[in-house]
Amino acid sequence: MNENNRVWWILFLVGGGALLVRAATTEFGKSYARDQTVYVTVEGGTAEVDAVPGLPTAESDAAHPDAARWTRSLAADPGERDDPHVRFSWADTIGLWCAALLTLAIFSFLFGDNPGYRLAEAIFVGVSAGYAMIAGFWEGIVQLLLAKLIPVATKEHFLPGLEPDPRWADDWARYQSGDLGYVAAEWAATTLLSLVPLVFGVMLLMRLSPKGGWISRWPLAFFIGATAGLRLIVHFESDFIRQIQATLLPLIVFKEDNSFDLAQTLANVTIVVGVLSSLVYFFFSKEHEGVFGGVSRLGIWFLMITFGASFGYTVMGRITLFAQRLEFLFDDWLWIIDPLQRRAGL
Amino acid sequence: MIDVLSNLDRRWVFAAMFVAVGWPILSGVRFKEEPSEGVRRVFRAIEDLPEGSTVLMALDYDPSSQGELQPMASAFTRHAAERGHKIYFMTLWPAGSPMIERSLRIVEQEYPDYVYGEDYVNLGYAPGLEGAIKAVVDDLRGQFATDARGNSLDSMPLTEGLRNIQNMDLLVNVSAGDPGAKQWVQYAATPHDIAMVTGTTGVQAPSLYPYIPEQLDGVLGAIKAAAEYEQVLSVAYPKFAESVKAQEGLRRMGPQLVAHLLMIGLIVVGNVIYFVERSRGPGGRR
Repeated sequence: MNENNRVWWILFLVGGGALLVRAATTEFGKSYARDQTVYVTVEGGTAEVDAVPGLPTAESDAAHPDAARWTRSLAADPGERDDPHVRFSWADTIGLWCAALLTLAIFSFLFGDNPGYRLAEAIFVGVSAGYAMIAGFWEGIVQLLLAKLIPVATKEHFLPGLEPDPRWADDWARYQSGDLGYVAAEWAATTLLSLVPLVFGVMLLMRLSPKGGWISRWPLAFFIGATAGLRLIVHFESDFIRQIQATLLPLIVFKEDNSFDLAQTLANVTIVVGVLSSLVYFFFSKEHEGVFGGVSRLGIWFLMITFGASFGYTVMGRITLFAQRLEFLFDDWLWIIDPLQRRAGL
Repeated sequence: MIDVLSNLDRRWVFAAMFVAVGWPILSGVRFKEEPSEGVRRVFRAIEDLPEGSTVLMALDYDPSSQGELQPMASAFTRHAAERGHKIYFMTLWPAGSPMIERSLRIVEQEYPDYVYGEDYVNLGYAPGLEGAIKAVVDDLRGQFATDARGNSLDSMPLTEGLRNIQNMDLLVNVSAGDPGAKQWVQYAATPHDIAMVTGTTGVQAPSLYPYIPEQLDGVLGAIKAAAEYEQVLSVAYPKFAESVKAQEGLRRMGPQLVAHLLMIGLIVVGNVIYFVERSRGPGGRR
């Protein structure tokens, strides 16, 4: 057994032993959920929603005749588990343990690359991609494309809350009363311009085709051109003109009562000198020597201080993320701390 | 000693960092924060708005930045709701929707008088990266057919007459990268003179400071600024001083301090080792 494996086994045994001791002496790693039954009644195009605590009962069903209903479970604190509507949740508990073990798997990379880390990384990438795809489908394909191209079908099957555009409100009413067929209603409501993004989208997908890959270059060229044009304008206004304006500052500042404002004067001088000297550092058409070289070296100092501040901020960010994961492990999983008093009374 | 330290396995440094961050969390050690002028500017941007002002809350982050940005999003939400502002939530990040849900839960649980559709609304995820900003600035209805819950925008008082975001009283952005604060400044705040404040990750903060004060009213940079914001909020509204939920950022500053002390110590030790080894010359040990 090499040293790495020996350390792994020790960590595994110590960690597992600690968990067993904790499990034998106290509770931890449990999630609870609060059940809620939602009744929805639609009258005159307006939905009336009534959320009733607990699972559906004969009484609650009788109180909401002709209503559609579903149940949902909301996260509950362990301290609320005596509430009759709060129950132990296997699903959330499994999720909690998965999150905790995956967090430890990611941390394990600090010791060295290992299969546990690679598994956690793959799950993270896969879940993120899947989530983004589903969100993109509902918010992009359904809301931005189908709602314009086939609004009648979209309203009927995907988005009941989709408001009929004034242009097709009459046709929608006629369709609902049976005076107008589906195809005619859809034709009256469609926005044919939406075919353009649809066609572009299909052309982009041709990239996957072994022979028709070249077709994807046309919409790609359009997107690149449009994005470049858009960015050119906003960068020119926001990051060029307005930034130059912001640098044109008075080098001697007086307060409203005409007294000398030393702090603001120093701040303005620092900004102006910092900008000019940093620009000089990036001016390569003249040898950096003499006064010019001195200003250039001053520019390097400003740049280094900026990078240092940036690095300091980055470190702070990373420590925060680490602290948040440890909080999760100690609080949600192991129940060692309770900063939010979610287990008060247990 | 120097030889031991210069050949120290880096995993001991990781272990030290684990202790440095873990101990303050376990012991609950906390420190008082003194809000900086920059944080006070952000506070005033929300505080000084008349009650009932419209605030677009763009939460452009996902779970990987939650530890740093959730305290800011929660504090912004509590502050806006406390002042009685009308809040429009949206995100440019696909995984930003669950982050919005966290803020919605704050509104639902802590401000029961707030009515969905009348006082706050969740517009949801807007695909299209920075193009989505351009879209909501010019034609919000073209970007959102309904809200995130599938309600018609015309059926809610808050969005009934809303055509774009150009008339918003304030744009509050919590940003973990691109698209985020920089793009909101470029596509919305600058061309349309919309007042804007932002809370960002530490990595991003330095790139936004040049926009202050002309194009951006203020920036909360990293967890330190989030904690300061919670501090100034708890002074202005004492009920937040009593609420443990409203002090997430303050709680996370304990680990920050100890971890920073460790890092400073490590940098000093590293430099000492470097100079000692240099003084020994190319031959090595003495």
